[in-house]
Amino acid sequence: MDIVNEILEREQKKADKYKPITVEKHLELEFDLGSLLASDTNDLDIKTLKTNKDSYLLALTRDNAQLLLNKVWELPTERIEEAIVVRLPQPTTILPRAKPVPVPKPLTKWQEFAKAKGINKKKKDKLQWDEQLQKWVPLYGFKKTAAEKEKNWLIEVPQNLDPMTDMYEKKAGEKSEKVAKNELQRLKNLARAKKVKIPRVGLPVTSDKASATQLSTAASVAKASTASLGKFQDKLPKEKEARGKGVHELIPGKERKRKAPIPTPAAEKEYNLNLLDNILSKRPKIDMDKAVAKSINEEEVKRSHEKKNMKPGLGKRKTQGKGNATNFSAKKPKAGKGKRAPNKKSTGRKRR
Amino acid sequence: MPVLQRIKKPTTRKGKKVLLSKEPKPIEGPKQSIFLQGRNPSERTRKLLKDIYDLKKPDAAYLSRKNDFVPFEDSSLIEKLCYKKEAALFGVGSHSKKRPHNIVLGRTFDYGILDMIELGAEEYKAMSEFHNIKVLAGSKPCLLFNGPAWELNQDLKRLKSLFSDFFHREKVETIRLQGLEHVLSFTATDDGLIYFRSYRISLKKSGQRTPRVELEEIGPSIDFKLRRTKLASDDLYKEACKIPREMKPIKKKNISRDAFGTKHGRIHMGKQDINRLQTRKMKGLKKTTEEKKKILLQKKKDKKAAKQKQHVEV
Repeated sequence: MDIVNEILEREQKKADKYKPITVEKHLELEFDLGSLLASDTNDLDIKTLKTNKDSYLLALTRDNAQLLLNKVWELPTERIEEAIVVRLPQPTTILPRAKPVPVPKPLTKWQEFAKAKGINKKKKDKLQWDEQLQKWVPLYGFKKTAAEKEKNWLIEVPQNLDPMTDMYEKKAGEKSEKVAKNELQRLKNLARAKKVKIPRVGLPVTSDKASATQLSTAASVAKASTASLGKFQDKLPKEKEARGKGVHELIPGKERKRKAPIPTPAAEKEYNLNLLDNILSKRPKIDMDKAVAKSINEEEVKRSHEKKNMKPGLGKRKTQGKGNATNFSAKKPKAGKGKRAPNKKSTGRKRR
Repeated sequence: MPVLQRIKKPTTRKGKKVLLSKEPKPIEGPKQSIFLQGRNPSERTRKLLKDIYDLKKPDAAYLSRKNDFVPFEDSSLIEKLCYKKEAALFGVGSHSKKRPHNIVLGRTFDYGILDMIELGAEEYKAMSEFHNIKVLAGSKPCLLFNGPAWELNQDLKRLKSLFSDFFHREKVETIRLQGLEHVLSFTATDDGLIYFRSYRISLKKSGQRTPRVELEEIGPSIDFKLRRTKLASDDLYKEACKIPREMKPIKKKNISRDAFGTKHGRIHMGKQDINRLQTRKMKGLKKTTEEKKKILLQKKKDKKAAKQKQHVEV
């Protein structure tokens, strides 16, 4: 027993040497170990705070810091590069962000379609070998334009076109039309993303109030939008029909153009000659590949027909007795190619 | 008719990079802060902001020029500067007869003011007046909020959030135990006084694994008085506190734990086809050829029906 008491005493002495790490508190502190934060909701001692401010605050903070660090020391530790670290839990205090949460960009109409159909974007090479120019030509950019210019120093006018057409002008027109279409689609995508209502044709109304001409046009169109094209609709006193550029075409039943005046004989003659010329200049195009294939096919059909009708040669044919003459093919009959179906009667090679 | 404006695109690669870096991200880094001077800053406010700037240093900028503006009346300058410096926190110092030694602390959301709280520095002792060893710059401090007032007063509640936003530095996964050496203490009384104290921790032996904590004041020590506030509306604050989907933990379905910590899982199984169950093989139970044929025919029929059904669906 003496030994036990001695050891206990020694331990007691050892413990007395150190100051305690425990702190008594009325109410428990709230900890947020993730952000190393503790909040003490115990009432403050106002009197001591007034008289002995700094020492009171130091003591209070020490106690709370001790409690916080006690909690931190309880967390699981790790060793990373000779240093003991603790893994902190997720912080519980939610702090506001600096910027809003990003929202994914809305897809364009094409992207939506491609996604639905599973179409993936293929990457094109930035440079492509041009056989005609014998050099590498970029996919786009000024060097591509220069290469195009070099290649198209002459453009053939197709047979069905007027021989006096300027093909360069035509090409430029096509290009500018493509650009305009692309721009329109871009704007439509933008409107779709912002959920702006736009008409299917024409330009959107920007101001919330329509103009007088727009309103009168709308009234005229509405009036004419009956089965009888507005013939039996009542009229207001002093009502005027909408007029202006492009209005006429909008009103149903009024698409017809004014009758052209009777042409002079010379003009009529020229018109008819032009028409005739146009028809005569339309020459059929010859597709060489198709023509060649057609002729080859015809020849083959003819040959096979001859072969069928030919009388069999004398003694030359190696017959297998019950073999069918029409069912003959040069290929060796094959077995089931590894797929065996025991229930199926397959016509395999006969084994002996 | 005005045409929809084309989106202004950056002309240089570098400009594009800058714009990309300014775009909102789901997981944000530490917030940057700026400290600037208002109209007639006093020596005290200037020093005080410098001290806070020193505490925040890698993520802060100190603008020394005086600006003739009042944050509570016109916040456009702050918003502009926050946009320029990519900052979300700001501190403004000013001095007037009505509001001596005035410090305005605040934060922005989406480059607009979120919260703004005005504090008067009634008493102040600079960091340089404490002659001792300071803590390592950039270390994560422990934040202590003392007093019941932090929870009871609505303004103080927001100020607590603002202080932790200012001083928590950044979210970390792990922390070195020996690196815990700085404590910031905020003590609030009911009469609107806030005592800001900063201490250095020294860890002493306690005879156990957990050490005993001893503190030494290193400054700054400030006694704040709460003045005007301009807090965000609940809607805006809620919007700002939104957690992105990437940060939310993914919930695993059908797994639960009971009171003893045992893991329970729920499994969904399809219906078992008893007719096709292979039981013990015996000679007497063998199928005759006719039976086999019948089964085969049935199978074929089923297959055909399934195929037709698929066709119809397509």
